[in-house]
Amino acid sequence: MRFGVVVFPGSNRDHDAWHAISNVFGQSAELIWHDSTSLGPVDALILPGGFAYGDYLRCGAIAKFSPVMKAIKKFAADGGLVLGICNGFQILVESGLLPGALLRNRGLKFVCRQITLRIETSNTPFTCTATRGQLMKVPVAHGEGCYFADERTLDALEKEDRVVVRYLDNPNGSLRDIAGICNEGRNVMGLMPHPEDAVESLLGSEDGRVLFESMIHSLVPSPA
Amino acid sequence: MSALTASELDKVRSILERDPTETELGIFTVMWSEHCSYKSSRLHLKKLPTKSPRVLVGPGENAGIIDIGASPSGVPYAIAFKIESHNHPSFIEPFQGAATGVGGILRDIFTMGARPIAVMDALRFGPLDDPAHADRNRRILEGVVGGIAHYGNCFGVPTVGGETVFEQCYNGNPLVNVFALGVFRHDEIFFGRASGLGNPVIYVGAKTGRDGIHGASMASAEFTEESKQKRPNVQVGDPFMEKLLLEACLEAMKTGAIVGIQDMGAAGLTCSTCEMGSRAGTGIEIDLALVPQRETGMTPYEIMLSESQERMLLVSEQGREEEVFAVFRKWGLDAVTIGRVTGDGKLRVKNHGVVAAEIPNRELADEAPLYDRPHDVPPYRPAPMEAPRFRSNHLTADLLKLLASGDLCSKRWIWQQYDYLVRANTIAGPGADAAIVRIKETGTSIAMSLDGNSRYCALSPREGARLIVAECCRNLSTVGALPVAATNNLNFGNPERPEIMAQLVETIEGLAEACRHFETPITGGNVSLYNETLGEAIWPTPVVGIVGLLKTAAPVTIPFKNEARAVLLLGGLGSSDDTRFGGTQYAKVILDTMWGLPPALDLDYEKRVQAAIREIVNEGLVESAHDVSDGGLAVAMAECCTDGIGASIEVDSAARPEIALFHEAPSRILISTALPQPVEEIARKYQVECASIGVTMKERLRIGNRTMTWIDCSARQLDEASRNALEDRIANQNA
Repeated sequence: MRFGVVVFPGSNRDHDAWHAISNVFGQSAELIWHDSTSLGPVDALILPGGFAYGDYLRCGAIAKFSPVMKAIKKFAADGGLVLGICNGFQILVESGLLPGALLRNRGLKFVCRQITLRIETSNTPFTCTATRGQLMKVPVAHGEGCYFADERTLDALEKEDRVVVRYLDNPNGSLRDIAGICNEGRNVMGLMPHPEDAVESLLGSEDGRVLFESMIHSLVPSPA
Repeated sequence: MSALTASELDKVRSILERDPTETELGIFTVMWSEHCSYKSSRLHLKKLPTKSPRVLVGPGENAGIIDIGASPSGVPYAIAFKIESHNHPSFIEPFQGAATGVGGILRDIFTMGARPIAVMDALRFGPLDDPAHADRNRRILEGVVGGIAHYGNCFGVPTVGGETVFEQCYNGNPLVNVFALGVFRHDEIFFGRASGLGNPVIYVGAKTGRDGIHGASMASAEFTEESKQKRPNVQVGDPFMEKLLLEACLEAMKTGAIVGIQDMGAAGLTCSTCEMGSRAGTGIEIDLALVPQRETGMTPYEIMLSESQERMLLVSEQGREEEVFAVFRKWGLDAVTIGRVTGDGKLRVKNHGVVAAEIPNRELADEAPLYDRPHDVPPYRPAPMEAPRFRSNHLTADLLKLLASGDLCSKRWIWQQYDYLVRANTIAGPGADAAIVRIKETGTSIAMSLDGNSRYCALSPREGARLIVAECCRNLSTVGALPVAATNNLNFGNPERPEIMAQLVETIEGLAEACRHFETPITGGNVSLYNETLGEAIWPTPVVGIVGLLKTAAPVTIPFKNEARAVLLLGGLGSSDDTRFGGTQYAKVILDTMWGLPPALDLDYEKRVQAAIREIVNEGLVESAHDVSDGGLAVAMAECCTDGIGASIEVDSAARPEIALFHEAPSRILISTALPQPVEEIARKYQVECASIGVTMKERLRIGNRTMTWIDCSARQLDEASRNALEDRIANQNA
């Protein structure tokens, strides 16, 4: 499988995602510079964590104007898999590819620690090899990860089974403990925690593997 | 402003053979400031060991570099590391002061070509419950931690550890010492040298503004009431800009067009130009009109002395400028040729073609005045030798109080604000005895630890310094790493006072002895003097950072893992007497006083204990290991009980319980193991004691001697005492 990892000025977990995809999962991973107008031949995209454009103005607010975003929107509209992690989630939300907003953490401070997530649905290409209710120990590392949306949007997300992962120990005040969601087409997902930093037992947890394994699984052409 | 002295001014006149211009005077003042020239400490720093077969680059460059071995395919790798202080700015403006402290040391690392992969911080504040200064101390703590988080997190370097200590002597003078470490191949090392006549001198990064002018001189003076007005001297950091600068510099270095590169840190454009010229034996001519400027109407004096952040100076091969510019354009950064390398050895600064300064590089950079400050008096000691009479009413309550105290409590509130994971290398992060970061390219890992103990150093600077090095090495050995090289940050008061100068000299000599003994040469560091406010000096505070090498593997951690395991104290129970008990945390927290001497250290024995623990850990014989240090055996035991497993311990000691439980004798490591026999065999081989002191059990910690129980407490209560203590103290004050 060919993964593209989008690099904005200020992305800093691009390397983590690249390392997980290529060294841990043995897939091809290519870095895509933000001013590219085409993505090249990729099967899936990762928008990594970091501080794109220094998070100036608002997290993701400037990144959404990057030339590459046009290509990403087209890729998503055509059904391509797009995973936004942390800052990548913020950019997807700012770009309108996912609903809601990510506000300053309830505690007003950056928080980096291991948390536990519950997988709420296996009906996405990002969780298709997981079971509903499965728990994952993964780290968070963000200052603005409090998921917010109006009641109607939240109800719709729940009703349409689009809340993909929820916090068991909510670190940031996210409404309804939402840690990650997907779009209506179920091919675009964003989450605040870092599954790419939880793919090797050496670093404390392998629980994040299931997301990448699901993506790889769903990209493999099913036998005719 | 610490201006030049009359004799220094005479020296300037004799170098120039005329009176200096205003700009030249400014240039000499910053370059010859204590901060840039080490004029009071240089003479003594020469006593430090600086060489070993692993040391590729020692003191004098932007950072020290050591060899860490080759990748599996045979490519040799190295690490660059250094510690630096940002004490004065962090007092005046805690958030920006600390943030730019991180920014400065990161540039020191990547200017050499290394990618930063770890940061640690040693922080010192006044107590959060100080009757007069609690509010200010809390504000400084929150600002400093916020500033470090802001800069490191955005830049994308993990902050993997450090230490935080509270003492009254830091009420008016907090310390912020930042350590950074980077990794690269041997053939990727760059130096700050302006070689090659006619080569272009290129300015890259942020534009120059009026911020930070005379920061280096400010850092070389004591604090007075007027210091509060020096806020404009503190620089403002932009970690996003620094991240771009990092990526652009590393990419530009790959073009092969860059000859030399140096960051603009203290003393900005002045320091980078004259040092690069001096190292290469060349001259540099620049025109300030070409320097990208953020403000209008800046004078040559201001441009040369500005300490605006996120700027670098580089020299490229003539005719290959465009390759360099293309990289910086890609990253959206300014890159402008501002001058040339010349053959006359002079720093010639023009402004719109008019010469504003013309100074010989070598004299400016390397011929700064050197002082042999008087130190023929005993070091100042803030405590008596005589021990007071003391007796505990309740040892378990004492332990809980210690665990909740500022120095010993969990620092979770601090390190959760730091991204300690970014780059996916952190094997052991904050809270461990030593941080461990893997090097993906080599398959090996680097362990690192920062240590300081100003209480010990206040009682005896020499013994304190030796103890700090021993402990730092012990922290590394406890996780199985071989200590190989060190960096140090010497934070002291006014060296013009002989009793302070004596502290500095004794400390350096103690460090030298211990670093020689443990074979950890000092490859660089920083000296921060004049840490005084309104005439009151901080206690002598050397901070040592040592790095060690180990194979990449799951780490041995502090908490007990299973019930019914043997608990061993490698190195034995150690001993203390009343005099040697006066610098302990027990004396500080429970008795609220200090006296006597620091714990006694036998360097040979310590080295054997460390060799033994390394072998024991690397043979996979232990389930947990923890260095016994501040707070002694009882506190170390409590720290092993955080995962719900406790222990029943019998201490076979003739000492009184207060001393048996809380003395801080070095050379001791607490381990739990299912295989006590092979552990004891290794201890015998190294001729060190290995006391079998008990067995792990469910949920409770019990410590006593044959007849009495001294401490009896649930593991949960111990954990709770420590876990939220810092947070609660801050919240209470904010309420």
